[in-house]
Amino acid sequence: MKSKNSRLGRKLVWTAVILLAILHHDFWFWDDRRLVLGFMPIGLFYHAMFSIVAACLWALAVKFAWPVRLEEWASEFEEKKPPQKGGRP
Amino acid sequence: MIAAIDAAQMPLLVIVGYLGLLLVLGVWSSRFSRGTSADYFVVSRSIGPFLLLMSIFGTTMTGFALVGSTGKAYTSGIGVYGLMASWSGLIHSAVFFLIGIKLWAVGKRYGYVTQCEYFRERFESPSLGYLLFPILVLLVIPYLLVGVIAAGKFLQPTTAGAFPELFPHAVKALSGGIPPWLGSLAICLVVLFYVFFGGMRGAVWANAFQTIIFMGTGIIAFWMISTKLGGLAEASRIVAESQTAAPRLAREGSIGHLQFLSYCFIPLSVGMFPHLFQHWLTARSAKSFRLTVIAHPVFIMIVWVPCILIGIWAAGNLGPGANANAVLGRMVGQLVHSPILTGLVGAGVLAAIMSSLDSQFMCIGTMFTNDIVIRRFGNDRFSDKQKILMARGFILLIVAITYALSIYLKDTAHVFDLGVWCFSGFASLFPIAFAAVYWKRTTRAGAISSLVVTTLVWSALFYRDILLKKPGMDDELLIGGMMPVAFIFGASVLTLVVVSLLTQPPSTKTIEKFFDTHPHPEPADGVATK
Repeated sequence: MKSKNSRLGRKLVWTAVILLAILHHDFWFWDDRRLVLGFMPIGLFYHAMFSIVAACLWALAVKFAWPVRLEEWASEFEEKKPPQKGGRP
Repeated sequence: MIAAIDAAQMPLLVIVGYLGLLLVLGVWSSRFSRGTSADYFVVSRSIGPFLLLMSIFGTTMTGFALVGSTGKAYTSGIGVYGLMASWSGLIHSAVFFLIGIKLWAVGKRYGYVTQCEYFRERFESPSLGYLLFPILVLLVIPYLLVGVIAAGKFLQPTTAGAFPELFPHAVKALSGGIPPWLGSLAICLVVLFYVFFGGMRGAVWANAFQTIIFMGTGIIAFWMISTKLGGLAEASRIVAESQTAAPRLAREGSIGHLQFLSYCFIPLSVGMFPHLFQHWLTARSAKSFRLTVIAHPVFIMIVWVPCILIGIWAAGNLGPGANANAVLGRMVGQLVHSPILTGLVGAGVLAAIMSSLDSQFMCIGTMFTNDIVIRRFGNDRFSDKQKILMARGFILLIVAITYALSIYLKDTAHVFDLGVWCFSGFASLFPIAFAAVYWKRTTRAGAISSLVVTTLVWSALFYRDILLKKPGMDDELLIGGMMPVAFIFGASVLTLVVVSLLTQPPSTKTIEKFFDTHPHPEPADGVATK
């Protein structure tokens, strides 16, 4: 998988996360009892959509803000480690 | 053959069959063990994206998510989704992304299997590990309680009518059902069995299996209940036309603005759950986290939306005054008239509960062995067999304490409120994890002070809200309209920052050990990298 990881991408992703967090407080539906699609209270519908948008946002984060060097950093020490002793705890 | 079996006992038989399957899974998973401690504790860091997603999600969703959310929606309405589920979708994934991957990398690089090992070295303090261990155990106990109480409370109405003479009850909907003391005990024993046999591999496999079961049966239960109520629209119409239930369709009068806002702190708890830390370390690579980060919010939605709807429908159908912990069980028991389906749904709910209990049991044993026994007496003092026995003995002790508390609190503590308290404690420790990963200036004294202050403030407020609560007192404790976690979290951050700035910074050696201090060229905007 190729990821376009850039400083600008990371900034945009984290700005979007903050914006989404602000949109969580939907005071405009606070006392609204309307039913969407005939059964779903509108406040619940809004927050279900919020969850889907959050998933999309995290997909963007994975693509544009992934810490690409971390894997390498985690593994570069491996050959220096002593072999682990066998046996359960 | 089915006709020969009493229909009232069929749900119980299905549940017993499911528990039997888990026992087989535990024994089977133990056959794949590589015989090393790394395999027993972190599955040799070999778990790929799908199993990681299922095991982390299964661990995160517990009795709190199914039994607790339905009960809370019954009493407080649809706002419960916004309080926990949508915040969690955003914040859990953020924590996996910002903290989980980093801690996985540190764990892989230095071979850690518990949080205490990491914090002890990151803050250059052996005593921090000894201090953190009992605090983590103290906070895990309410989390275990959530599962143990939820299991007992759910089993009773689901198996109602199975043994009317053996287990009579004044409430008809509960009469003849497995009583909570027995249901909770049975669930604890089953989880103990497969954890003891299969170690972390057993827990991961069981979690993945149970996550599939509880998501699948949840959808079936939702469909069955809505059909019995006359369809989705009819079920909600009944609520809208009920004077007492209609307010559940909105938040006005049920949830305050500051309360709603301050719930954002609660999901930060995943950054300090010791059992989740252990799951992170099982990942094969950092890339294994990608699917978890993306799919977690949608998985939460798939589980929580039906539960919230069932909760508000229950308000229109059961009327006020039902025990919140028993609402889901009663809706399933009264509306899903197929005994086999009732049993399957029951197995699904128990799956959600057990998929958290197993990881929690496992992490308690792991911490005790690694952070206390080996740390105190050295790796060679005891044989592997003795270490296993000690770990299992400690798990048994904690489970026994939890079980006794569950008997004492089962009629007063709401599963949802208890869960929120547990999460509040872990969330208030989150600043220490975040600072350990991102703030080089954090000091040993800062971390220890923050730990102590958090524990004291949490304990005082928990004691007041849960242990002093009398039956019938249903209101959550709010301070100035906000959740107590906001204040505990604030005290934690303030102490951490002030004390760290006033004390000597950590050594350069430690900073170089835990931070990638070598400069790396930034890829230019839009440049594709591996």
